[in-house]
Amino acid sequence: MLTLSPEELTAIKLSLRVATWATLASLPLGILVAMILARGRFYGRALLNALVLLPLVLPPVVTGWILLILFGRTGPIGAWLDHVFGVTLMFRWTGAALAAAVMALPLMVRAMRLSIEAVDRRLEGAARSLGAGRWRTFATITLPLSLPGILAGLVLGFARSIGEFGATISFVSNIPGQTRTLPIAIYTALQLPEGEGAVVRLACVSVALSLGALIASEWLVRRQGGRAHVL
Amino acid sequence: MSFEVEVEKRLGEAEIAANFTSGRGLTALFGPSGSGKTSILNMIAGLLTPDHGRIAVGGELLFGNGVDLPPEARHAGYVFQDARLFPHLRVRANLLYGARRGTSRIGLDEVVDLFGLERLLTRWPRTLSGGEAQRVAIGRALLSNPHFLLLDEPLASLDQARADEIMTMIERVRDELELPILYVSHNRAEVDRLASQVVPIRR
Repeated sequence: MLTLSPEELTAIKLSLRVATWATLASLPLGILVAMILARGRFYGRALLNALVLLPLVLPPVVTGWILLILFGRTGPIGAWLDHVFGVTLMFRWTGAALAAAVMALPLMVRAMRLSIEAVDRRLEGAARSLGAGRWRTFATITLPLSLPGILAGLVLGFARSIGEFGATISFVSNIPGQTRTLPIAIYTALQLPEGEGAVVRLACVSVALSLGALIASEWLVRRQGGRAHVL
Repeated sequence: MSFEVEVEKRLGEAEIAANFTSGRGLTALFGPSGSGKTSILNMIAGLLTPDHGRIAVGGELLFGNGVDLPPEARHAGYVFQDARLFPHLRVRANLLYGARRGTSRIGLDEVVDLFGLERLLTRWPRTLSGGEAQRVAIGRALLSNPHFLLLDEPLASLDQARADEIMTMIERVRDELELPILYVSHNRAEVDRLASQVVPIRR
C-alpha cells in the first residue's frame, strides 16, 4: 500500500525536474520584474503588475490555451522556435516546465517584490553617494538585503510548479514520462477503478512537498526580520 | 569658493530654499528642525533633485545648466545623521565600500588610527554603540576619496562626552585634510566651536 510503483516514481521525478527548471528559468525574469515593480515609477506600471498577476486569477485552462496558441507548432513563437532552434515544446516536459513557470511567476514576483520594497532605500542612497552605480548598488546592497525574500519566492514558485495542473494538461496534454506530472498522475489514477491506492500515495507526497515549501518560505521571510508574509 | 548653492525645492507643503556661497573650512547650516537642512544636503549629494537652481563645489558644477551628475559621480563624503551603515557588512567592509573610487588622501590604517576603530573592524554594525557607528560612518566617507564632506547632525544621538570626542576628530579632519565641509546642526555650541562660516536656514 505504501510503496510507490515505478509509474508513480516516474511522475514524482518528472514533477521535480519540471519544477526545478521552471523555477530556475523564471528566477532572473522574476527578480527583474519584482525590481521594476518595487522601485520603478513609470506609466504602465499598474498594467505590468496586472499582467504578471493574471495567471493567478485566470482559469488555468485559459492560460494553457493561450500557451497553445503562442507556442504550438504553428503559433508565432512555437513556429519560430521550431524554425530557428529546431525546438518544440508540444507534448514535451519542456512545455510542462514553461506552463509551470508562467503559473509560478505571480507568486515568485509577489514575494520578491515585498522583500525588495522592505529594503531601506536610504541605504541604497548611501551606497550611491559612496560611488556605487545603480548596478553595483543593486548587486551589493538591494539583492543581499532582500535575499531571504527572494529565496522564499523561489521556494514558493517551486511548490507552485509541482502543483501545476490545469495549464499543463491543456497545453501539453497527459503523456506518461513526458507531461504526466504528479497532479496529472493523481487525476489519471482517479479515473481508474483500482487507482485509489495510487491517489492516496501521490496525494501524501503532494501535501508533504507543499507543506515543506510553505514552512520554508515563511521561515526565510522571518529571517529577514520583516513582519510581512509571503502570501 | 567651496560651496556655491542656490536651490529651490517644493516637498509637499514645504518650500525649501537655500542660497549661499562659502569659503574654505567648515560651513555650518544652522536652523531649527524641519527647516529642510537635510534636504539641502541631499540635493548637494544628488539624492534629491532640486526643482531648479545651481550647485557647484570647489568649482565643479554638480547641478544646473542642464548638468545633473548622478550621486556616484559627485564625490561627496556624506555622513548621515543615523550613520546608515550597511547592516549585512562588517565594519571593515563598510569602511572599504567606497574605497575603490580612486585613492583617498587618507588610507584605511590612518582612518583606523584616527578614529580608534582597531577593535571594531570585525564587528557587525548592529553591535555598535551610537558613537562607534558614527565614527565608522565618518571613516567610511573619508575613505571614498571625497572632494568634500557633508555632515548631517553627526552628534545628534550622542551624549556630551562622545560628542566632544567626535568634534575633536572633525576638527582634525577639517585642519589636516583641508576638505570643504558642510555641517548641518541645530546646536549653537557645536556650530560656534567648529564653523568658520554660518549659514542660517529659516523655516
